[in-house]
Amino acid sequence: MATLNLMVLVCLAYVALLFIVAFAADRLAATGRSTWLRSPLVYTLSLSIYCTAWTFYGAVGYAARSGLEYVTIYLGPTLVMVGWWWGLRKLVRVGRSQRVTSIADLISSRYGKSNLLAICVTVLAVVGITPYIALQLQSITLSFSIFFEEAPVGAYSDASVVFWVAAGLAVFAILFGTRNLDANERHHGVVTAIALEAVVKLIALLAVGIFVVWGLSGGVSETMARIDASPIGEWKVNGSRWATITFLAVAAFVCLPRMFQVMVVENDDERHLRTAAWAFPTYLLLISLFVVPIAVVGLEVMPEGSNPDMFVLTVPLSQGRETLAMLSFLGGFSSATSMVIVAAMALSTMVSNHLVMPIWLSSQSDRASVSGDVRHVILLARRVSIAVIMALGYFYFRLSGGGAALASIGLISFAGIAQILPALVGGLFWRGATRSGALAGLTVGFALWLYTLLLPGLGGGLMPDWVLSDGPFGIGWLRPQALFGIQGLDPIVHAVMWSMLLNTAAFCAASLLSFPSPLERLQGAQFVNVFDHSAGPRGWTGSVAQSEDLMIMSQRILGAREAQDLFQSEAALQGGRGHLPEPTPLFLERLERELSGSVGAAAAHAMIGQIVGGSSVSVEDLLAVADESAQLMEYSSQLEVKSGELARTAKQLREANEKLTQISLQKDAFLGQISHELRTPMTSIRAFSEILRDNDGLNTQDKVRYATIIHDEALRLTRLLDDLLDLSVLENGQVSLNMRDGILAEVLDRAVASALAGAEASLAVRRRRISETVQVRSDLDRLAQVFINLIANAQKYCDAPNPELTISVHDVGGQAVVDFIDNGSGIPAEVQSTVFEKFFRVNAEKAGGAGLGLAISREIMLRLGGDIVYLPGQSGGAFRVTLPLAGQMAAQ
Amino acid sequence: MGRHVLLIEDEANITEAIRFLLTREGWTVDTHADGRDAIEVIRAAKPDLVILDVMLPGKSGMDILRELRDSDGLRDLPVLMLTARGQSRDREMAEKAGVNRFMTKPFSNAEVVTAVRDLYAQASRT
Repeated sequence: MATLNLMVLVCLAYVALLFIVAFAADRLAATGRSTWLRSPLVYTLSLSIYCTAWTFYGAVGYAARSGLEYVTIYLGPTLVMVGWWWGLRKLVRVGRSQRVTSIADLISSRYGKSNLLAICVTVLAVVGITPYIALQLQSITLSFSIFFEEAPVGAYSDASVVFWVAAGLAVFAILFGTRNLDANERHHGVVTAIALEAVVKLIALLAVGIFVVWGLSGGVSETMARIDASPIGEWKVNGSRWATITFLAVAAFVCLPRMFQVMVVENDDERHLRTAAWAFPTYLLLISLFVVPIAVVGLEVMPEGSNPDMFVLTVPLSQGRETLAMLSFLGGFSSATSMVIVAAMALSTMVSNHLVMPIWLSSQSDRASVSGDVRHVILLARRVSIAVIMALGYFYFRLSGGGAALASIGLISFAGIAQILPALVGGLFWRGATRSGALAGLTVGFALWLYTLLLPGLGGGLMPDWVLSDGPFGIGWLRPQALFGIQGLDPIVHAVMWSMLLNTAAFCAASLLSFPSPLERLQGAQFVNVFDHSAGPRGWTGSVAQSEDLMIMSQRILGAREAQDLFQSEAALQGGRGHLPEPTPLFLERLERELSGSVGAAAAHAMIGQIVGGSSVSVEDLLAVADESAQLMEYSSQLEVKSGELARTAKQLREANEKLTQISLQKDAFLGQISHELRTPMTSIRAFSEILRDNDGLNTQDKVRYATIIHDEALRLTRLLDDLLDLSVLENGQVSLNMRDGILAEVLDRAVASALAGAEASLAVRRRRISETVQVRSDLDRLAQVFINLIANAQKYCDAPNPELTISVHDVGGQAVVDFIDNGSGIPAEVQSTVFEKFFRVNAEKAGGAGLGLAISREIMLRLGGDIVYLPGQSGGAFRVTLPLAGQMAAQ
Repeated sequence: MGRHVLLIEDEANITEAIRFLLTREGWTVDTHADGRDAIEVIRAAKPDLVILDVMLPGKSGMDILRELRDSDGLRDLPVLMLTARGQSRDREMAEKAGVNRFMTKPFSNAEVVTAVRDLYAQASRT
């Protein structure tokens, strides 16, 4: 009989071996020369954590109690591996392309990155797996007790051993499970260690089996005979239980966090699945091969009442084969430890990522962007989570007191984890599955599992007996183990049937009734059509070339300055030399956040995916997202158009109003001017005509003088009316022009003579006749009118002592240019721009007219195809008239 | 010293007509044709009454009136305003500025004479 010390020594040595293997594997992986570490064999062996102490010890017990039903536990994974190999490949592809870290992350990611869902899955997993961890601890205790004290099972309660085992496993998981925060979250050390443990437990079980068959029974045929004689050999198949447990095994194999960890997260190469598809069923076949012989022989050789769960240990021990028993013990120990380590790692990832980090981030929203800080916190959160999970398992073990049949806890745990299946499978194959559906299904399934299986199954007063027998509040059809009046079913079958049925129904109904968000649609498409999108398994390793693409895209969306600032600050944060940052996940996340501020989350995600993830998003997906945003965009653009129209209308109205006001002011001013111009001569006429009428005694000289005033003012009125009419006709374009060819000199002759006629002609007009012999095409009378006006103005306003007007003619660019420059003081600069306006007069005292002359002149010149402008900077008043030549210079 | 009127008007013919009418009534008539220095001319001439045109070169009659009403000694000077711009807005502006009488051109001679007589009588009574 082995001593406790020896046992502990063996255990410690074994654990030390595991440490060394794990450490060496990590070192090897770090050097990059670890091809065999990434072999399909290691991957297949790592999958064997499916076989825990429950299967190692429990399968024999199961067979001893229920016959061949234990086969279902192996049947499930085999069916999945062989029959659903392509489904697993999809799961692995999705998991890798989405860089998921756990099953909770996968579900959350699929349904629009909902952390609520992740929390649900995490809580479900922790509640479901903690008893399972306790079960492993219990199995270690039991196996210890078998060895050095053949005491009745359950009486042994040396919890300190379990405590140290749990602590040791926690240290192992922390050391090798949280060494670093790889982007791909792979832990070569741990995987290699559990592969080693897989080999140990297989060899152990095979060794015991060989010993039983050939050592105890005396050969294969003898054993077969014994089996035939035993009740185990009878082919009693309870259809519903078989189907249910096979289904649970299938679900557990796919959904268990630890299975997900080794199968998806730790997967190095998708092609490994191809090997595992035959290798893992083979492993299962080998490990289950001797279960029945051991059970049958155990039942024969062991005394009545022995715990069949421990036959693997007790049968060799009873035959004095301590070394074999020790090997068997190590096999069981391996089964338990590998499961606990991986489960703790997987759960801690979920707990820290979905429970601890969100809370920490929300409380540290400002400092969250500092990368080093976050890494430190994540690692700490994982380590603490591992410790806490391990402690939960330990306390659960202490509180439950052990004793319950191992298999029942395993199945309860499986049934809980199976609640994830609808959301997982639906998420992989049904694009219509939504977050609401997943949430509804998970909640319903979780609640029913708690109510119908976990609480009644745990005992310990968690659910009062009267609830079980009479239902809550005496409602019979709500009895946990006979829901809706369906009685007589096996509790497991009952619970799994109802929970899965209602889970799936709720999942489908809520999915159909709810509308997925754009991100959900996008993620849904990426999950369901993962093979269309990704050419092969690839990491999110970026290159500088991608950074350039990202930069170009960001500039388009954020604007050049903003994008450059963002990229430069990121590059500085990363400590790089260039101005472009490495496309690390952290940077990509920040960029996605920045972009989503501009184009929405789904589009930003898709855009970055396009560049970094290659063609991870199809046109179809983008269209689906675009469809949806297009509706919103259309609506908002309609609004925009409408408000734009309103703004434009308002602006037009405002402008029209201003124009009207201005026109009204101009009109008032114009009417005021005309009124003034008309009333002023009329005032004189009226006043003097009344004077003439009322004063008989006026002398003849005065009478003549007053009559002359009346006459002059009447002429002034007539001139004014003529000018107004002329201007009106010109402005309305109703004027008829008599265009003909003529010599400029003749027009000027006529104008000078006319302007100076009758006046006390003090103005000297200087001309250079030789330059004036150009032929122009014009209305010569209208042209003369303009010249007369200019000469008359010079005569009126030139203030020089000896007024002089110089008229000079040039040919500039095919046009005749006629300048009228006098030697007076000219027109003040501040009014030069207004000389052509109606009623403009430089000096009212001298003005004979109404100030319409230049306005009319300009209208005429514009009609004649020329122009008239004031020439600033000359010695005196200076006007320039341009007009078209008659095609050629006249011969001199 | 007889009654003294200052006529500020830039139209020579109208000035001559009014001068004729008021001289015959016994008034001493001074005339001025520019708006710019009108205030100084009024201050220097110390007339009993001012006849003021609105549209004057340099400064409008309306501005001159406002300045008169702001000046010590000239505040109560009777002002008869003449305008050729027949707009009601001008009348309102003039009344607001403190005009004593506002007339639109063309006027009848009798109107002007009566208005001047009335304004003088009012000013003498107070």
